[in-house]
Amino acid sequence: MTTTTQPSTTTGSRLLQGLGSFARARETAILLALVIVIAIATIKNPNFVFSNDGFRNLLLTPSIIMLMAVGQAVVIITRNVDLSVGSTLGLTAYLTGRLFIDVPGIPIIVVFIAGIALGAFLGLINGALIAFAKVPALVITLGTLYAYRGINVLWTGSDRINASDMPKPFLALGTQTILYIPILTIIAVIVLIVAGWYLRNIRGGRELYAIGSDPAAANLYGLKVTQRVLVAFVVCGALAGLAGVLYTARYGTVNSQAGAGYELDAVGAAVIGGVAIFGGSGTVWGAAIGAYLLLTINRALPILGVQDFWQRAVVGILIIGAIVLDRVLAVRTARKLVEARDK
Amino acid sequence: MSITPTAPASAPTLELREIAKAFGAVIALSNGSLQLHANSIHALVGENGAGKSTIVKIIAGLYQRDSGDFTLEGETVNFMSTAESKAAGIAVIYQEPTLFPDLSVVENIFMGRQPTKSLGRIDRKLMRSEAVALFDRLGVKMDPDRQTLGLSIADQQLIEIAKAISLDAKVLVMDEPTAALSGVEVERLFAVARSLRDEGRAILFISHRFDEVFDLCDTVTVMRDGEYIATSQIADTNVDEIVRRMVGRDVTTLFPKEEAEIGDDVLVVEGLTEAGVFHDVNFTVKSGEIVALAGLVGAGRSEIARAIFGVDPYSSGSVTLNGKKLPKKNPTAAMNSGLALVPEDRRKQGLVLETSVARNSTMAIRKSLTRFGLLFSPAENASSREWSSRLEVKTAALDTEAGTLSGGNQQKVVLAKWLARNPSVLIIDEPTRGIDVGTKAEVHRLLSQLAGKGMAVLMISSELPEVLGMADRVLVVREGRITADIARADATAESVMLAATHTAQEVVR
Amino acid sequence: MTTESVITGNKTTARTYKDYGRPLWRRLLVSREAAVIGALILVLIVSNSTVRNFGTPITFYYLLLDVLPILLIALPMTLIIITGEIDLSVASTMGLSSVVLGILHQGGLPIEQAALVALVVGAVAGAINGFLITVVGLPSLAVTIGTLALYRGLAVGILGTTAVTDFTKSWKDFVKSKIGDSSIPTVILIFIVLAIIFIILLHFTPFGRGVFALGLNDEAAKFSGINVERTKFILFVLSGVISALAGIYYTLRFGTARGDNATGLELSVIAAVLLGGVSIFGGRGALPGVIAGVLLIGTLGSALRLASVTSDVINIITGTLLVLSVVSTSFLAWLHKKRTKPGGKKTGSPAAKS
Repeated sequence: MTTTTQPSTTTGSRLLQGLGSFARARETAILLALVIVIAIATIKNPNFVFSNDGFRNLLLTPSIIMLMAVGQAVVIITRNVDLSVGSTLGLTAYLTGRLFIDVPGIPIIVVFIAGIALGAFLGLINGALIAFAKVPALVITLGTLYAYRGINVLWTGSDRINASDMPKPFLALGTQTILYIPILTIIAVIVLIVAGWYLRNIRGGRELYAIGSDPAAANLYGLKVTQRVLVAFVVCGALAGLAGVLYTARYGTVNSQAGAGYELDAVGAAVIGGVAIFGGSGTVWGAAIGAYLLLTINRALPILGVQDFWQRAVVGILIIGAIVLDRVLAVRTARKLVEARDK
Repeated sequence: MSITPTAPASAPTLELREIAKAFGAVIALSNGSLQLHANSIHALVGENGAGKSTIVKIIAGLYQRDSGDFTLEGETVNFMSTAESKAAGIAVIYQEPTLFPDLSVVENIFMGRQPTKSLGRIDRKLMRSEAVALFDRLGVKMDPDRQTLGLSIADQQLIEIAKAISLDAKVLVMDEPTAALSGVEVERLFAVARSLRDEGRAILFISHRFDEVFDLCDTVTVMRDGEYIATSQIADTNVDEIVRRMVGRDVTTLFPKEEAEIGDDVLVVEGLTEAGVFHDVNFTVKSGEIVALAGLVGAGRSEIARAIFGVDPYSSGSVTLNGKKLPKKNPTAAMNSGLALVPEDRRKQGLVLETSVARNSTMAIRKSLTRFGLLFSPAENASSREWSSRLEVKTAALDTEAGTLSGGNQQKVVLAKWLARNPSVLIIDEPTRGIDVGTKAEVHRLLSQLAGKGMAVLMISSELPEVLGMADRVLVVREGRITADIARADATAESVMLAATHTAQEVVR
Repeated sequence: MTTESVITGNKTTARTYKDYGRPLWRRLLVSREAAVIGALILVLIVSNSTVRNFGTPITFYYLLLDVLPILLIALPMTLIIITGEIDLSVASTMGLSSVVLGILHQGGLPIEQAALVALVVGAVAGAINGFLITVVGLPSLAVTIGTLALYRGLAVGILGTTAVTDFTKSWKDFVKSKIGDSSIPTVILIFIVLAIIFIILLHFTPFGRGVFALGLNDEAAKFSGINVERTKFILFVLSGVISALAGIYYTLRFGTARGDNATGLELSVIAAVLLGGVSIFGGRGALPGVIAGVLLIGTLGSALRLASVTSDVINIITGTLLVLSVVSTSFLAWLHKKRTKPGGKKTGSPAAKS
């Protein structure tokens, strides 16, 4: 009674299959949406893309949020959330400035490491409380959002980091391009590729999906849930830390409110990008495209005659739209699967 | 009492001796014993509450035994987690498989131990071909790349079995695996089980279905009330002997069913249909009658009950109570018309475990306890005291958390909740599941008394002795359809089991 | 006293049941709520003695005025969290209602009517949340993150960078007025009335029992005839209306309607509710504890401000308190479980469920 399992494995049909699922993927849909938005904006104002500044800003501005969205996606996939990333960014951005001012001649690479390390440490605090104390991530990160921001303001005082205090090479990182692509974007994309590769190809990455898909089953399988969740939060914090360093490079000016509200954009970008809020599915690629879509729409609004005051509302509509769409699709898929099974 | 095995003389792969396990005051096992041999499929049978699932959980490492010996291949083992038992070569297939719905079949099988190549990268091609090979070995068709969400229980079980084989399990435990399977799927599962047996594994098969036990298994152990009773070769025994050992007493004198005056139709169900769940269900229950809905687990009886009560929807048909047609999917309307449902899952559906006995027992009558729209504890406590007294609920205080009571007392609280409404129809789903013997008798007496006072009782039960002892009429359900309506005089274990396993036409023949 | 046992049909001596397993004093004092109230009293006493100017009537006056929006919104938020959901959009609804009030009043509508419309807008905002959560079936965390952005976005979008500052003086004065000669703000009466209503609703009505039941086990609640969807929907609408009310108060108190009014307030509300003993997992909590929690955070803030401690430190403290309160609840629950389940390491069912 041995039968071969379908489908056939010729390379041709596998390729077609691959193309087919690519076309249906959520990531493709929002990529398409992004392209459309850029197209429409460019039609109205060619400088949106076809000018030095335009193209650079198109790629540059979202890269900071993109980093945070990638980290957020890793956490959401495990069925958690990290609302403290905005505050983490603020702290590491200020740290970056302080290091350059207080330690003259400090190598840029050391500053990067310090920022990432601080972010990782802040993420570790979150992760430890959530993984060991088994308290919902929502509440813990709500608390650390407050606490970290408070520490930030306390530390900053009435101070402010100014661009003039930063070493020129560092600021240049924020605006220079290689082959028309901003360096910051390249950094962010490298991180994205590494994260995407890890989540897809390494056991630990796949286990994150399992944990989010069914935490009880994950325990039964004997997966090291506590460890993995802890690492997820450390990574999220580290990426927010990196984003903080890049923030300072990009804007030069840092006050105590740097990054306030960014957590919302990060979560929103992930959700729009197809990362299910209940965990277990979605990709960092989707989150990254989601970040770009979100911020590009915001930049395109003024060009389309919509005052940029409406940006927040657009974000809200996109988030709600994304989760309603996910739900409708899920219900339909479930119904189709049950019908097919009972036929 | 030690085992007198009539099994093959070779050393058992897995052995349990005189295992005891208690949860607080509740003794789940007082003498659990079992021997599993390689190349053999062993059945474990017993009524609900006999201790079968406790044994499974101890084997799986979910529970730790209080006392007794547990050896695997001659060595004593003490599993502190399911991961440990898995690592030792024990695989358990539960009634409800726990897979990762968002992930593919392949990933589910290999999660945590995917084959890797350089740089620790998961070798997808190798993983997939291994999965394909596993399913070929099982002789089943399965799309390895498909998401497991939406797969039938039968397919999910096969994935669990594939997992077990890939872990090279020496012992495979199947806990009521056929409950949700169709005939064809059962055949497929049995073929797989036989081939696994022939490979040298030891298989434990737990089931209520005697025809399957006799079809598939080589040996059978009977348990009753947490104790080992006997083991025999399948070839040397028959259903009657096994049932007798399971029940331990003469069936007819077990339950004190009173004679009751049977009145008019109270509950009338016509043409009730919900695609894929139940089809064209028609029956009536008269006042004073106890009607049993019998059948195999998974036949759809609880679903029918839930649809009648209004928790689940139905696509066509009607439910009439005391002459009034009930609206669909509206438990409040059903309750107000005089319907009550004691659900199947006492802990998840019948009670709010974390709240008090008082709150639980008054949950269905909150509105009637109000004065000027306000509800005060003294009123709740008074009502709760009265009903707890009447049902002889054993609890220290009324504000004790319901979750700390024994199964029997929990069931009494659920009953108190519904009886406080003075319903005209009581639907009770598995009235004595997981309850100690003493309370079982009390519940049966209670149901009998209620019928005697004119209540119409619809009782869903998977325990044949209970059905045969209590019911005035037995309606048998198979795969969502009623296949027989048997009067008390004609109801026997055989006639009910026949109807439970065959279609209506076949029964008539 | 005899009663008829339904089981045996014989008249038996009634089993005696105690109403409560623990004496009254234990029930009252050994509870989360008692701890918060105790902490509040402690903080009041310490602040009174150590912080200059703290014990003055004027301090309490401003404390109550500051804390009123949080007090108000904490009422429906408590019930929502007890059902296991959450509403992150409350501050955005405040801002939206503030803007609606401003725009309408600026357009010529008298305050009373503009306020009424603002309340309706709040109800609609809550109804949208309720619809998405109960009918479409989306998780409340995701939905209210979306509406947090949407409602705030609408508020900011409508007014842009402008603000409306022209409000009827009599109303502005009323909002800041005091009761007679005391230093108690008149508006506290509104809170007291609402607090009484909510306390009765949650702790003394069938609806309230239903809220607790469905927060602990929504399946069992459904099987007992509790309409889970309708209950949750009502709660979200209430949250929207009360948030709008708080927004109206906020606008009139500061005399300015701005799109970004009350940004971030949801965190204070949730922190106070959780601090007050409501479990984030649902099913547990009491309003007196919540009110004490709000007052505790408000008092701490007020005292620290007077002691010249900056607001950022206050935020650090609030954040840490929030984390500590939730971790301690989790720890206590773990202890409770260990104590009541002597046999078996894992959570096992008390009886074999074969």
